[in-house]
Amino acid sequence: MSEARRASQRFTERRAWRSLEDLADNPQFQEILQREFPAQASEWDDPTGRRRFLQLMGASLAFAGMTACTKPFGEKIVPYVKQPEDLIPGKPLFYASAIRLAAGTLPVLVTSTMGRPIKIEGNPDHPESLGATDVFTQAALLGLYDPDRSKTVTNLGGIRPYSDLLGVIHEAADAQRVARGAGLRLLTGAVTSPTLAWQIAELLRRFPLAKWHRYEAVDDGNARAGALQAFGEVVEARLHLEKADVILSLDADFLGGGPGQVRHVRDFARRRRVSQPGEAAAGRPAPAMNRLYVAESMPSLTGAMADHRFSLRSGDIAAFAKAVASAVGVPGVSRSADVPPLAEADLASTLGVPGVNRRASVEGFSETALAAIARDLRAHPRRGLVLAGAGQPPPVHALAHAMNQTLGNAGQTVTYQLPADAGVGAAETLADLANDMGAGRVQLLVIMGGNPVFTAPADINLGDLLSKVGLTIHLGLHDDETAAHCHWHVPEAHDLESWSDARSADGSVTLLQPLIAPLYNGKTAHELLAAFTESPLRSGAEIVKEFWARQMPGPGFERNWERALHDGLVAGTQFQSREVRLQPGFSQESEAIAAPGDGDLELVFKPDASLYDGRFANNGWLLTKLTWDNAALVSPATAKKLGLAAEDLVVLNLGGRRVRAPLWVLPGHADDSVTVHLGYGRKRVGSVGRRSGFDAYAVRLSSSPWIARGLRIEPTGKRYRLAVTQDHGSMEGRPLVRHAKLSQYLEHPDFAREMEEVPASDLSLYPPVKYAGHAWGMAIDLNACIGCNACTVACQAENNIPIVGKEQVIRNREMHWIRVDRYFEGDPETPEIYHQPVPCMQCEDAPCEQVCPVAATAHSSEGLNDMVYNRCVGTRYCANNCPYKVRRFNFLQYSDYASPTARLLFNPNVTVRTRGVMEKCTYCVQRINAVRNTTEVEGRPIRDGEIQTACQQVCPAEAIVFGDLSDPASRVSRLKAEPRNYALLGNLNTRPRTTYLASLKNPNPEFPEGKA
Amino acid sequence: METEPRPAGAPQNFEPPLVAPGYSFATVTDKIGSIVLGRGAPMGWWIGFGISFALVMGLMLSIAYLLARGVGIWGVNAPVGWGFAIINFVWWIGIGHAGTLISAILLLLRQGWRTSINRFAEAMTLFAVACAGIFPLIHMGRPWLAYWLTPYPNTMGLWPNFRSPLVWDVFAVSTYAIVSALFWFVGLIPDLATLRDRAKNRSARIAYGMLAMGWRGSAAHWHRYEVASLLLAGLATPLVVSVHTVVSFDFTIGIIPGWHATIFPPYFVAGAIYAGFAMVLLIAIPLRAVYGLQDFITLRHLRNMAKVLLATSMIVCYGYLMEAFFAWYSGNPYEQSMILNRMTGPYGWAYWSLLACNLVTPQLLWFGRVRSCVPMLFVISLIVSMGMWLERFVIVVTSLSRDFLPSSWGMYYPTFWDWSTFLGTLGLFVMLLFLFIRFLPMISIFEMRAILPEAEVEGHVHS
Repeated sequence: MSEARRASQRFTERRAWRSLEDLADNPQFQEILQREFPAQASEWDDPTGRRRFLQLMGASLAFAGMTACTKPFGEKIVPYVKQPEDLIPGKPLFYASAIRLAAGTLPVLVTSTMGRPIKIEGNPDHPESLGATDVFTQAALLGLYDPDRSKTVTNLGGIRPYSDLLGVIHEAADAQRVARGAGLRLLTGAVTSPTLAWQIAELLRRFPLAKWHRYEAVDDGNARAGALQAFGEVVEARLHLEKADVILSLDADFLGGGPGQVRHVRDFARRRRVSQPGEAAAGRPAPAMNRLYVAESMPSLTGAMADHRFSLRSGDIAAFAKAVASAVGVPGVSRSADVPPLAEADLASTLGVPGVNRRASVEGFSETALAAIARDLRAHPRRGLVLAGAGQPPPVHALAHAMNQTLGNAGQTVTYQLPADAGVGAAETLADLANDMGAGRVQLLVIMGGNPVFTAPADINLGDLLSKVGLTIHLGLHDDETAAHCHWHVPEAHDLESWSDARSADGSVTLLQPLIAPLYNGKTAHELLAAFTESPLRSGAEIVKEFWARQMPGPGFERNWERALHDGLVAGTQFQSREVRLQPGFSQESEAIAAPGDGDLELVFKPDASLYDGRFANNGWLLTKLTWDNAALVSPATAKKLGLAAEDLVVLNLGGRRVRAPLWVLPGHADDSVTVHLGYGRKRVGSVGRRSGFDAYAVRLSSSPWIARGLRIEPTGKRYRLAVTQDHGSMEGRPLVRHAKLSQYLEHPDFAREMEEVPASDLSLYPPVKYAGHAWGMAIDLNACIGCNACTVACQAENNIPIVGKEQVIRNREMHWIRVDRYFEGDPETPEIYHQPVPCMQCEDAPCEQVCPVAATAHSSEGLNDMVYNRCVGTRYCANNCPYKVRRFNFLQYSDYASPTARLLFNPNVTVRTRGVMEKCTYCVQRINAVRNTTEVEGRPIRDGEIQTACQQVCPAEAIVFGDLSDPASRVSRLKAEPRNYALLGNLNTRPRTTYLASLKNPNPEFPEGKA
Repeated sequence: METEPRPAGAPQNFEPPLVAPGYSFATVTDKIGSIVLGRGAPMGWWIGFGISFALVMGLMLSIAYLLARGVGIWGVNAPVGWGFAIINFVWWIGIGHAGTLISAILLLLRQGWRTSINRFAEAMTLFAVACAGIFPLIHMGRPWLAYWLTPYPNTMGLWPNFRSPLVWDVFAVSTYAIVSALFWFVGLIPDLATLRDRAKNRSARIAYGMLAMGWRGSAAHWHRYEVASLLLAGLATPLVVSVHTVVSFDFTIGIIPGWHATIFPPYFVAGAIYAGFAMVLLIAIPLRAVYGLQDFITLRHLRNMAKVLLATSMIVCYGYLMEAFFAWYSGNPYEQSMILNRMTGPYGWAYWSLLACNLVTPQLLWFGRVRSCVPMLFVISLIVSMGMWLERFVIVVTSLSRDFLPSSWGMYYPTFWDWSTFLGTLGLFVMLLFLFIRFLPMISIFEMRAILPEAEVEGHVHS
């Protein structure tokens, strides 16, 4: 026992700190504490609250005597006269399709029940998904049923039939034909659809002087320019992370977003797994865990997974890249002459050793650290990988390519291919369009998709320019800012309502098939472009099929077509990798990279993890820790230097352009750097996105779309309340996320179990439950989890979890059944970041079951902790008594019974909860039962892995495994047998069915003991 | 400071009489009965009743809005699932305990001084239980299903979960309410008969007549009355201990640090008596001033109650001390951080105010001069009442706001509706008291007659 205690001490003796707010202990925070009950005042001040109250009082009086007067449905209901062949009521059908986001495409399988799509899963047969998805893809379903989508064709705000628009287009196209299209312009986002690219090419053929412009607010332009510098041609890098032993990320958040992210996470997580230490001892090769170095300004998901994370200003990463490249031995690259060599102390400070002043390290980079990274990369030739982030300038990308070439990684861990986006190279830029519009050269502008008026850089006032164009037509999902500035607006069909096709990052094409007829008669881009041809009413299906009939000529087309639709993959469309050669003169560009600048503030723009570029502003499923608002993120030291604290409202002044933003202090952020996320502060948006955040585009210039220097911060003296779902980032020294270094683990495999004493399982007043059949359980590998929140959103989609809104989040009433806890550990300047998904633990001795007065939560024969909504009276005792705080209560009527589209969204196999009822994770009991029904009909046992919970299915990192504990051979049983397996709060003797596998870091042994 | 008549040359341990000298059976009856039977009520009564009635209307409004929208109008949230409702429930239930203690235990212990205060203390119990009973009902998510907590035969074949302390609560509180009501009513019967006989108004005669249940004051009636009240006292006595013990189980059975403590039952019972006596003082002091009852509720009564207050305060503070000691001695890091959080966390102000109210303030009662100073007693009782409310706040809110996983920690802020409901029950309590002193004898007439010197001469002493 003493041995164990000593071991546990060794692992817990880390300096843990309290939440930042507490840490700061500043007067503002004290004031929040002292301002005893600030919430009460708002009830009176809030006019909506009062009005709503009067409405309700009136309504309740009126309805009191009206209950007997309910009329039957107004509409006539007609049953199926002929039942569709494959439609069995209650049986879901699955269709392969794809969901597109800018230049990315994710192949999916959509679950459809009685003709309505209710859930999106990744397509397991497609290499870009392998069954997993990201958060945006999950939330696409809510985007489909968003009640605030635009519903009608409008001309200057008035509702008009589509045929009127066709007439207008016909006239305008006739006029353009005379001018050979000189006044015709097309503005699109990224075009990954081969059919659309073909249609545009056809259009340009017919109107030779017409031009196609392409604009994405979040774009890989720098990467393409970097590839051009390095290789003399525009290629896209395709990562093979499963082969990489050592990865250096230069501000590249390859796990957090962008095209191919799902596959990146899968490959990366596979290389985080370690085999049993026993195997290594038995002479087999040591666990091949990869090592990740990340240099970045804002802690990203990738940074949280790093074994060594360097907190640098984004603007200084170029110099860092150059220094690494020089150390690696890239020919022609030398370090900037004015970077002074640094002493050992600087290494310690760069690495965040507590107590060592970090300021010195920003001036330069530690020789030792650079040398260690370079040695590590050189020691793994062909098995290393250097990545540059989309926000980094082209020379950094060129340097990354050069390093990969020098180290032999090219062709191994990274290959090169053509861009999936057909607009790259073919289309011109938004700035060109703005010039033409300003010069009055544009008579007819068609904007297809996107919201460029909102997302355009601040120096391009697209709204005003649009008024100079004779006829503007906007195709979009929402009646947004761009729609308001165009003459015509056409509701766009959602991906789930459309016939189309799309290229994934690997080049393979997936056909999009509609899961439901367009809810609001929306049109696809294909159909709108058809209006410019002789047959303006051709359907999207006809157009897409015609294109593919040309691509796959021959008699077998129908069969191939059906096969492609069924598989969600058109065979043989993957890109071949291209051979590229490093251009000898590439390093000239990197000459310009200056040494790290002095202490002026930089402003860094990032796409938002939930709003992307603003297009998901009305989607309430996408929530991060900071919800409903964005903020200007700064490091604790910078906040201190500015004399400001979290939630202070400031003005960001970038060369005279100003925007008001609340400040948020983020541990691990680089000093003298401010990060803002794009996409908030929408002015013309649905009910969900209204009044949330500030518009960072207001200070984003086309010359500096990612990193801007010379930011000034002006305090306003005001405060702004942000809704944060987790206020405390410290583990308070408790063994919650258990972690160790790989070397420690190999030496001492049982470290996680020994960090806490678990009492004997028979220490209970009540007799043990006997399980005859299945015993469901779950294991979550914290070493694989990247904290992307996909599980949370998938669970929300699967289980009809309502959206509660900012005010309710501020009151700690979010409803998620699985949340991702995030903890910081170590020095607040360079903390280690840990993520921990927490669903219901399904305890064997559940504290909630015992205290429910009406037995509304009870143990099932298979060990589930069942929640009986019908029986729940809402005492909330169970939630109080849950040590994991996974129970969620419907404090108000959260579920939307009112809007008709919201009703379509609901999963019919999951009860929609009313107000006053407790709810929580059920291990997706509806999925268990569905599989049980199937296997009982087929007369066979349930196979391991046949039941997947929604969170497990979506997880790109395969961190969540669910299965039968009574089967010792099941995956979950084997994971639970691993030494890393531990029960959260195991000493409470709740005996949870959900357990965790401890997290491991694989730091470079050359680095001094301390922090990574 | 008030002084009391003290015969010259009285010995040092002289106990002043329980009733000021110079009263006879008739004058006692007149004095108490006239408050009820006199014409009209004084202006002060109307003002007090009006204010409390307005608060009750506020309570009705708050409950109506609550039923329309749900408990989300309150400040309760994800870590803090219980807020004002449960705090108020425990506080009100505790207050009731003094009444039962006075009427049952002091009756069995033959403490004669209880006579003049037991009637309104019992009424206070009843009204406090009524206020308390509102909260567990309305704090539920679906209050219309509250009857599911009772074991009744039903077609669903379902029983409540007898492992849950909330079910024990249902039995404890409902038993308490029934026994208290019975005890109070039985005690009223002889006085109701007196009022029936003395009422000049016909409708009052009929009303009191029906309530008096045919009491004629025969020896057989008195005999049965004595037996019944002794039996009820015997029934009520364990309730003094059991009800708050069961209420404390709501917390101790829980797993949350700050709840899960074996000291809770005795410490809750002592706290209940403590709070209850403070409330009795809060009511008695203005009553005797307004209605000139200083002769019946004498300084000796007040001093005795002050002593009870002091004693129970020491027990309660022992509880606070033990909570901190257990946390340290257990070596359990969660318990330790709980007590540290209570002292230094965001709700530290509540903990320290609670100690100031419940530990420091009552120490003044060591001084005889303070015990005899009526305004001081009133202020101290007020502070103790607040302190006891804060104690429940600390137990319920502070413990829940920071439990095991720091990721789930969160603050609780009561809303307007939390306050309006709480103030509404205060109004209900006061309004019921006003109705009580207007329509029923606030001091037991026949028992007062029994402690007069006249009664001793006749050799007839009740209880």
